Amino acid sequence: MTTTATPATTEADPPAPPEDPLATRRVAPRRRYGRWVVTAIVLALTVEAVRALAANPAYQWDRISYYFTLDVVLDALLVTLEVTAVSAVVGFVGGVILALGRLSGNPLVNALSWFYIWFFRSLPLVVLLIIIFNASLFFPRIGINIPFGPSLVSYDVDGLLVPFVAAVVGLSLNEAAFAAEIIRGGLLSVDHGQIEAANALGLSPWRRLRQVVLPQALRSIVPGYVNQLIGLVKASSLVYYVSLVDLFGIVYQLESTHVSDKVAILLVGTAWYLLLAAVLSVLQHYVERHYSRGWEVRR
Amino acid sequence: MTTTEKTTEKITEGVRVRNAHKAFGPHPVLKGIDLDLAPGTVTVVIGPSGSGKSTLLRTLNHLETLDLGYVSVAGELIGVREHDGRLHELSPRQVRRQRARIGFVAQSFNLFPHLTVAANVAEPLLAHKVAGWDAAYTKAYDLLDRVGLKHRCTDYPRQLSGGQQQRVAIARALALEPDLLLFDEPTSALDPELVGEVLAVIKELARSGRTLVVVSHEIGFARDVADHVVFIDGGVVVEQGPPAQVLDHPQNARTREFLGKVR
Repeated sequence: MTTTATPATTEADPPAPPEDPLATRRVAPRRRYGRWVVTAIVLALTVEAVRALAANPAYQWDRISYYFTLDVVLDALLVTLEVTAVSAVVGFVGGVILALGRLSGNPLVNALSWFYIWFFRSLPLVVLLIIIFNASLFFPRIGINIPFGPSLVSYDVDGLLVPFVAAVVGLSLNEAAFAAEIIRGGLLSVDHGQIEAANALGLSPWRRLRQVVLPQALRSIVPGYVNQLIGLVKASSLVYYVSLVDLFGIVYQLESTHVSDKVAILLVGTAWYLLLAAVLSVLQHYVERHYSRGWEVRR
Repeated sequence: MTTTEKTTEKITEGVRVRNAHKAFGPHPVLKGIDLDLAPGTVTVVIGPSGSGKSTLLRTLNHLETLDLGYVSVAGELIGVREHDGRLHELSPRQVRRQRARIGFVAQSFNLFPHLTVAANVAEPLLAHKVAGWDAAYTKAYDLLDRVGLKHRCTDYPRQLSGGQQQRVAIARALALEPDLLLFDEPTSALDPELVGEVLAVIKELARSGRTLVVVSHEIGFARDVADHVVFIDGGVVVEQGPPAQVLDHPQNARTREFLGKVR
């Protein structure tokens, strides 16, 4: 605190000496002329495309709205929803079990999980569905029996494998294999320190999985998993090959019998699949938001 | 307060390590460690990186399994029981019960990022069913108050500074009221200006009658707080004793060399 002959420089310095006018100039952002050109072109193309699509008389808007809520279409939509929903649930449970199997220290469990995933990921879904539909050729009867002993209950496979069951079994087997790898990836993404902290606090393996690992793993599982679910919705169209009339099945039947309404019927099928995917995408947004709690916040 | 290896009879209540051997594959990390730490004392373990000091700390709550030798706390073998002339590893349930009585604070905090600060501290109480929901959170608020973070209860860990996160981790380690607290380089991941607030909390704990074992590079902290300093190098205890002796008048050349480097 010595106030000697030092001149005004020790006072709060002004940001720049006034004799340099350059230092007081504002910086203007570069003008992006190219961006304006691109915007204009894209806008023109978009307007033209929308006009061409919307004003196309081939669309038969009245026929579209007729087929959109036609009873047989809605029944078929229900079949698609049921097959997808059951396969999604069974596939998820199977996927969790397989993922834990792949992460297990038990070499046999590990190898079997790997084999399952390899097998069902490799087999084309159509082939798998047809094999299952004809499973009675491989195993005429299925049941529970004491190993090397008498049979307790047994059923005729042909009687069990109605189209709906065959479809769900095929889709679930396939779904579980893909789900397993997505879930395993998510579990691996959790920092090892989290598991160690849970261990140091004496958490049981179940509580560690449910309270610590899974909530964090789901954060990275969800985007890939919704991809997989949308794929499942679309793959469910293959159940037509096991004589189940789903959304694709009804569209296929209608458009071949009502040739004059072909465009409208195809568009109805398209619209319903887009809607289902849209529902899943919106769901994804909210689930992701839920599991990102605590992550996006920054000090 | 400080103990040397002779007085085994009177200190069975503390931490005892005997002939601790541990190898990771072909690499021996602990080569026969003996320690006796009296209850209620603060021990600071120092040593160069790779010396085995963190591994030693992690054997005290059975995060690492010993190949040979044993650890006991308050007279109870940790992670093993004796049967037919061998030491057999305990069931996971029994290990969890023992870990509940030993607090552990890691270098990288390892708070659960998806849970609020209060939920992090309440988690061990809920997991071990020692308190209901209300009681667990009441206790969590109380513990966070003690580390000066009551006002951050509803925040998520990532909204806190490193020092604050480590104080939450300490509160979480205290939730089950352990008699023994282990700190694995608690300030090594912190910016220099945040080290003080964490060390202050640990100093406060040192006065609470708990047994503390701290792996640390903070020589000043060791001099201030430790009753006992252990210098480990190459998987063996090179030198141990009161801080005034080990830190200021080291007898061993390796101790002198190490202290010369960290100062």
